[in-house]
Amino acid sequence: MIEVKNVHKSFGTLEVLKGVNLSVKKGEVVSVIGGSGSGKSTLLTCINGLEPINSGSILVDGVEVHAKTTNLNKLRRKIGIVFQQFNAFPHLTVLENVTLAPRKVLGMTKAEAEEIAIKQLTHVGLADKLSVYPGHLSGGQQQRMAIARALAMSPAYVLFDEVTSALDPQLVGEVLDTLKLLANEGMTMICVTHEMSFARDVSDRVAFFHKGVLAEVAPPEQFFSDPQHPETKEFLSNVR
Amino acid sequence: MFDTALTLSDLMFLIKGAGMTLAVTFFAVTGGTLLGLLFGVVRAQVSVWAALPLIFVLDVFRSVPLLIQLVLANAFQAIAGLNMPPFVTSCIVLALYTSAYCTEIVRGAIEAVPTVTRRAARSLGLTWGQDMRFIVFPMALRVALPSWIGLTLGVMKDSALVLWLGLIELLRSGQILVTRLQEPMFILIVVGAIYFVMSFPIARLGGQLEKRWREND
Repeated sequence: MIEVKNVHKSFGTLEVLKGVNLSVKKGEVVSVIGGSGSGKSTLLTCINGLEPINSGSILVDGVEVHAKTTNLNKLRRKIGIVFQQFNAFPHLTVLENVTLAPRKVLGMTKAEAEEIAIKQLTHVGLADKLSVYPGHLSGGQQQRMAIARALAMSPAYVLFDEVTSALDPQLVGEVLDTLKLLANEGMTMICVTHEMSFARDVSDRVAFFHKGVLAEVAPPEQFFSDPQHPETKEFLSNVR
Repeated sequence: MFDTALTLSDLMFLIKGAGMTLAVTFFAVTGGTLLGLLFGVVRAQVSVWAALPLIFVLDVFRSVPLLIQLVLANAFQAIAGLNMPPFVTSCIVLALYTSAYCTEIVRGAIEAVPTVTRRAARSLGLTWGQDMRFIVFPMALRVALPSWIGLTLGVMKDSALVLWLGLIELLRSGQILVTRLQEPMFILIVVGAIYFVMSFPIARLGGQLEKRWREND
C-alpha cells in the first residue's frame, strides 16, 4: 500500500505540492490527471524518493520513504517507474537494458536475469528485438522496453509518468495496450496521464491534480459523469 | 639532385627523441586523465561554490603558459630541495596541465547524460556508484572521446616545451641536428613527419571507436 500524507514540496519559492493526500491499495490502478506543469510528475518522483519532500510523509508498505534510516536502493526495488522520455540506456542492447538491474541489484546470474528479461520482453511484444540497440527502436518500442525493464525487478508497484506524451500519435496505442494488459493482471499502478479514455477505461480511481493538491479522487464513472469539484468540471469540459 | 648529410645514426637520434616525447606524453596523459576523471566527477557532483577552490587551481593551470609552469615548477622543486629529475618534474607539470583540461571534458560529458536516464537507473535500485559505472561513464565516454583525443594530441605537441628543462625530446633532437647539419628545412620536415606518425594511430583509433558506437547506438 502506498500512503501519501499531507505532502508539501517546493522548488525554491515555487510550491508544487501543497498538502497532497492519496492512498493506493494493492492491485489498484489510479490515474492522475491535471494541467501540465501542475506537479503530477513531481508527486511520482517523490514516491520513490528521487525527490526529497519538505513536509508530510509517504509510506510504502509501512516504510517511510523519506526517513533517514530508509535504504532507498532497497525500497526502489519494489517501486518501478517509467518516465516520459530518455528511459533507454542507449549503449546497451534491449536485453542488456532489462538484465542490468536484476544482475547488479538483485545479484542474479546472467542466465537467470536473461530468462526473466526475455519473459518480460515477450510480454510487451519485443521478443524479436533482444539484441537491438534502443536507437533502432521506435519511441513506442522504447517505452515498452522501459516497462519490461521495470517489470523485470518484480516490483509491487509501478509508476507511469506520462509515458505516452512524447510519442507520435500512432504509437500511443501500443503502449496503452501494454498498460491495460498490466492493469488487467492486477498490477498496482499510478499513472500520470493525459489520455482520458485510458483513465476512464482502466482505472479503479481517477485523481484530479489542481493547484498543488488532489482536488478530487473518485471512481471513473462518477469522476467523468458527475464531477463534484467545479475545477474538475471545467478541466473535463476543456479536454472533451 | 636531392642530397643530405643526415645519416642513419642521426635518424636514430631523432627516434630516440621521439621516444622521450612519447614517454612524457604517456605519463602526462595517463596521470592527467586519472586526475581529470576524479576532478570531473567532483565538479559534476558538487555545487559550484563547493568546487570553487578546485575551479580556481585548475583555471591557473589552464591560463598560465605551460613554459612558465615548467620553469617555475623546476625552480621551486630545486629551492625546496626535492632534487627531482627534470623528467619527473616535466611529467608532473604536464599531467596537472592535462588534468585541468580533462576535468572540463569529463564534467561536460557527465552533464550531457540526461537526468531522466540517470533517474531511470536509480529508480531500478542501482546505487550511485553502479549508476556511474554502468550508465554514466559509458554514455559520457562517447561524448568525451573526440575532445580527449584532441587533448592527447595537443599534449604530445606541447610536450616539446620540456626541452627547456634540458630533456632531449623530438623537437630538441631536431634542433641539435639543425645546428650541426645546417639543413633546417629537411630536418624539420622529418621531425614533423615523426610527430604525424605518432599522432595518426591515436586519431584513427578515436575515429574507429566513434564509428563503431555510431553504428550501434
